[in-house]
Amino acid sequence: MYYSLILLPLVGALAAWFIPSNRHRPLVLPLFAALHLSLTIDLLVATPPPSPGGWLVLDPIGKLFLGVETVLFFTCAVYAVGYLSHRQERSNKVLCMGLLVCLSAMSLVTVAHHLGLLWVALEATTLTMAPLIYFNRNARSLEATWKYMLICSVGIALALLGLFFLAYSTVVAQKEATLLLEPLIASARQLSPAWLNAAFIFLLVGFGTKMGLAPLHTWKPDAYGEAPGLVGALLAGGLVNCAFLAIIRVYQICMKATETAFYHNAMIVMGLVSMAFAAVFVVRQADFKRMLAYSSVEHVGILAIALGIGGDALFGALFHVINNGLTKGVLFLTSGNIHRSYGSKNCEQVKGALHRVPWSGALFLAGFIAITGSPPFSPFLSEFTIVSSIFGQRQALVGTLFLIFLAIIFLGMASSVLPVVMGKMTPAVVRTSYRDSFLTVGPPLFLMAVILVLGLWLPAPLKTLLQQSAQLLEVRP
Amino acid sequence: MDIFADQLLVFVMLINFVVLGSSRMTMAIRAVAVQGVVLGLLPGIIHHFSWHLVAITVGIILAKGVIIPWLLFRAMDRIQIKREVEPFIGYVSTLIIGAVTTALAFVFAAKLPLAPEHQGLLFVPASIATMMTGFLTLTTRRKAISQVIGYLILENGIFIFGLLLTTAMPVMVEAGALLDLLVGIFVMGIVINHISNEFSSIDTSRLTALKE
Repeated sequence: MYYSLILLPLVGALAAWFIPSNRHRPLVLPLFAALHLSLTIDLLVATPPPSPGGWLVLDPIGKLFLGVETVLFFTCAVYAVGYLSHRQERSNKVLCMGLLVCLSAMSLVTVAHHLGLLWVALEATTLTMAPLIYFNRNARSLEATWKYMLICSVGIALALLGLFFLAYSTVVAQKEATLLLEPLIASARQLSPAWLNAAFIFLLVGFGTKMGLAPLHTWKPDAYGEAPGLVGALLAGGLVNCAFLAIIRVYQICMKATETAFYHNAMIVMGLVSMAFAAVFVVRQADFKRMLAYSSVEHVGILAIALGIGGDALFGALFHVINNGLTKGVLFLTSGNIHRSYGSKNCEQVKGALHRVPWSGALFLAGFIAITGSPPFSPFLSEFTIVSSIFGQRQALVGTLFLIFLAIIFLGMASSVLPVVMGKMTPAVVRTSYRDSFLTVGPPLFLMAVILVLGLWLPAPLKTLLQQSAQLLEVRP
Repeated sequence: MDIFADQLLVFVMLINFVVLGSSRMTMAIRAVAVQGVVLGLLPGIIHHFSWHLVAITVGIILAKGVIIPWLLFRAMDRIQIKREVEPFIGYVSTLIIGAVTTALAFVFAAKLPLAPEHQGLLFVPASIATMMTGFLTLTTRRKAISQVIGYLILENGIFIFGLLLTTAMPVMVEAGALLDLLVGIFVMGIVINHISNEFSSIDTSRLTALKE
């Protein structure tokens, strides 16, 4: 079962390679995404036993991440058919193959319980995304691709060093060196604290680079800004979650060690710095896709803080993984539509999207309202859980800063988003041939509906899954 | 055996200085290739014989000694650039900084709480010194190829540390990591080619269109 989950998208990529027609090739995406989705549902209902050796295990946390990823990918795959029909001027072979290979690697990240294997899969997602960021074939996207490649490669190399330190901490403790999650968690108390601390720092920096925690986020606005909206959605909703899952795996080990205050503080500080960076740069941001990138920096900051706080915030963090991933999908897909319609992503030129592309404009606005944490959408619930847990643990300073940053980011984003959606159209900006169609509006509309429903009513199975996952992260003395 | 391994590690550290001091890219690429081959030999020296070991040795030598240098040479030929001109810090200065960091690596490694069987060996200082060389090359050179070379040296330094861990990285994972490195260099080579077509240069300090 595990193997089919990983091999299936690769078969799809192979199929995309052999299909000669540029017009028909994108259909491979929804087909294999649907197969992957049904396979995932099957796995979620009837969990298979761990693979021999315990390398591949589907635990509740993995289920959660796998579920978000497959839903987001399926939506993006349907969208891709509509989007690529507007981009027939260039070959989409690399894009279709890259997306499917990336899906395979992302699935592997969610089930891998061998940290070395997880690292290999995470590095593979980094590599497959590079050609996709360069889809537009111009100087700006090239610059973004280069920066992304170099910074993420170095970051992930540092994470490998961190993994080696982690394995070495078992050697110093006179045990057999291993990178399997279960033995590491079981022996966490005996591991050498000095090496475990070093491992944690390098892993946080390495995976944090991939996740986009400030001050390691510098590639993010460039890559998100220049990539097609569809790729941006998968970067912000898929890859960010994969990197966060890697950090969660490290956290699972570190929380079982004897002294954990250092880990908590490091994550809280890193998270607050990320939110501060986002608050500074999101204000007066002239490019709405770059603005979304800073919003992503803010939300990875929120996730890091929630992990650092622990307790009830863990539930909030895991819930926020779903909410942030899906809402980012709405925002990037609709921003791609608006970009297509105006031929620009500069807030000076793009005004009044509600009149020109009513559906995309309205969904972009709704996505903005959701991502900034306003009711009735589900990000409000997860952020509220996190904030109340922060204050519940008497971390008043952290909580106050958190709320101040949220407020600044809300105002900063509003000052860019509201004119883009509702402003007065500038007649000088010519209208391209793009019109909203079912295939480009349906997918973000679906995601928006999910966000709305989750905000009003949390289904019981999902709630159980979230609670089970949070329990795995909790520190039990 | 440990003495032989230590001699090879000294050789690896000397290669670091060759890269830091050479302005010709051919020289730097060859140096990294030799470093890769030496690193490929190391596991065979320190571990007992097994087929797993043979596979890893062959894989590393092929990847780091043959394929990656070939990819870099190909990228260099296409873009017709032979030299690193005007690095951010001059060659003499980088050599001096390299020497200082290597010395510091020894001081630092002596203070680390290593397992008793690893104390006094050159693995940890060589690893730190090589990683620092990689960072130095990454940050002080302008040309995209030189930065890729820096990344490779950084990866080599991490690899040296990994040699201390026999059982943590099974052959599948090791092979996966090597494959990722190969594909990574391949993609970087393609991107470099596009950069040179687009900007008529691979000077990365010209990549400044995207900023706040």
